Amino acid sequence: MVKALNLALLEEMERDPDVLAIGEDVGVDGGVFRVTEDLHRRFGSRRVIDTPLAEAAIIGSSVGMAIYGLKPVCEIQFSGFAFQCFHQIENHAARYRQRTQGRFHCQMVVRMPYGGGVSALEHHSESEEQFYAHIPGIKMIIPSGPRTARALLTAAIRDPDPVIFFEHKGLYHAAKEEVPDESETMPIGRAQIAQEGRGLTLIAYGAMLRVALEAAETLQAEDGVTPEVIDLLTISPLDRETLVASVAKTGRAVVVHEAPMSFGPGAEIAASIMDGAFLSLEAPIRRVAAYDVPFVGFAREKASVPDVARVLAAARETLGF
Amino acid sequence: MPRTLIEPQSPIERLSILDSEGNLDTALEPKLAADDLKRLYRAMVLGRRLDERMLKLQRQGRIGTFAPIKGQEAAQIGSAFTLRPADWLVPSFRETGAMLWRGWPIEKLLSLYAGRLEGSSPGPEQRDLPVTIPVATQLPHAVGIAYGIQYRGEDAVVMTYFGDGATSEGDFHEACNFAGVWHVPVVFVCQNNQWAISVPLKKQTNSRTIAQKAIAYGFPGIQVDGNDVLAVYAASREAVDRAQAGEGPTLIECVTYRLGVHTTADDPTKYRTDEEVKAWEQKDPLTRFRAYLEKKSLLEAALEEQVDEEIARGVERFEAMPPADPLGMFEHAYAEPPAHLVAERAELAARLAAPGGDGAPPAAEPDSTPMRGQRRTSRWQN
Repeated sequence: MVKALNLALLEEMERDPDVLAIGEDVGVDGGVFRVTEDLHRRFGSRRVIDTPLAEAAIIGSSVGMAIYGLKPVCEIQFSGFAFQCFHQIENHAARYRQRTQGRFHCQMVVRMPYGGGVSALEHHSESEEQFYAHIPGIKMIIPSGPRTARALLTAAIRDPDPVIFFEHKGLYHAAKEEVPDESETMPIGRAQIAQEGRGLTLIAYGAMLRVALEAAETLQAEDGVTPEVIDLLTISPLDRETLVASVAKTGRAVVVHEAPMSFGPGAEIAASIMDGAFLSLEAPIRRVAAYDVPFVGFAREKASVPDVARVLAAARETLGF
Repeated sequence: MPRTLIEPQSPIERLSILDSEGNLDTALEPKLAADDLKRLYRAMVLGRRLDERMLKLQRQGRIGTFAPIKGQEAAQIGSAFTLRPADWLVPSFRETGAMLWRGWPIEKLLSLYAGRLEGSSPGPEQRDLPVTIPVATQLPHAVGIAYGIQYRGEDAVVMTYFGDGATSEGDFHEACNFAGVWHVPVVFVCQNNQWAISVPLKKQTNSRTIAQKAIAYGFPGIQVDGNDVLAVYAASREAVDRAQAGEGPTLIECVTYRLGVHTTADDPTKYRTDEEVKAWEQKDPLTRFRAYLEKKSLLEAALEEQVDEEIARGVERFEAMPPADPLGMFEHAYAEPPAHLVAERAELAARLAAPGGDGAPPAAEPDSTPMRGQRRTSRWQN
């Protein structure tokens, strides 16, 4: 997936001279995960900016660049460090269009590696998409593999609104997939049906999509149920239409995410399904999520991050309701 | 190994040209045309008189809370005066004088304090950002705009404003650091008005000057008598010229005083003495500049009346604005409203259209697909 992201950046920087890459170690080093590899050599240090180590000014100055008319693609090295620029995202990037009644807006992307399962220290393993999904005025995207990563990053860079773009660290090198030769984009705000099915809808995104797909395979083999699996892709704005249509058909839903359960995306997803498909529901909507505790340390991580067994248990409970 | 002295990149100077006693340093006196001097004074008078009018409007409940500028007119207008339309102004929330100078209509500024977003919408060609409220958070924006100017090789500079309290914020230091490293055309104008609400400067920083903070970031800082419009102008001219010439950022500390309240929700008698305020009233920026112009026979007759008339017309236009359309809240949240905002807008529109527009239920049943049990539910019942 690293290569797919790198490709999207390369293509967009070639296409549009206003697109810049900015962040800590994104230049000469090519980013700590190598997502910006080689861009510095191709585009120079004016367009691929190695900044001082300061998240608030990376995002704050990018807000200024975007107001001016450039299209910065910022890298925050780990999403766990983004709280030092959260105010610039919430107070300004998200609001400039509304505040100035359309006179200025922030066409910018903030990329952040997120997620656990990579044996990393504190602030390097969290899933904190819920904070961004809650902010009006921004969009929040989490791709599930190379192809969606490249197409959605391209779409995010071209989108006139600020986009928070989460990249799961566990997928950076593990996820492999063919991508088309030609640059490709896909609509923001649309979920994908990763697998069509009946009787149950599994809803996941990011690294949890694979968990959901694996659980679906087991359910098919052992329970004779082929669940529909939805890859959310955009967390906000939420594709309620696809969710509701699926559950109206299947009657049951399980939501899987790595973020802690309470007030997480699962709550919004469940409420949206209740709102649109209440009378189709055959069972309560279940959520499988991380426990509501602060960082647990990677020695205990497996017990908290949802896995196939937990998804299966929730799915079977739902099916047997 | 010996200990050696490392000299700072630049020493800190203090600049004063016209003092409160009316003494003028003719060697430093800027060469401003008579017309420019008149325009400067007019802008200062307009800033002062509008401030006074706004206090009345606030007390009458016609506008909400705002941050008065009384005493800081020279610091704002002497600096903003050096900008061309192609330059950018990035204010905080106490720059009404500078914003008026940049062409913000009075009614627009008033509408901001009447709770309307229209008041933070610059004109289509205007290169000004609106009022920014979270302290110091606008400073990185100024640096980013300056980066854009440098990136495109445009002939323009950015001037950004903040107070003494803002220099304690991380965003101030990060912005200065980025500006220094990037060597971008930005002028940081600190209106050091001695008080961050109730906290005096000595509790804000242990630095002898705010100007010296620039040394840490590798660009020049200068302290000026912020109540001396000639000194503020001269320092700003120099800083803007440096920026335009590609010589990077400058920090200007304008030593001034907030003669009034922090905001209209504040009672300064709780934390500062009358004696202190009275001493600063003696240093009023308008008084000394007026005397200077009088000596040059440049005072316009009936200036105050003209300015009051301009304000009265602005207030009239403000009061004639149609009420804010609630549906306007959905217009600019995104470039294109996503589906859920379209639905929310429709709900509000239905609520407004209902008898009385007071939230009575819409006539139409909400969409639902009755299936199991055929129970027709409506959230508007009960």
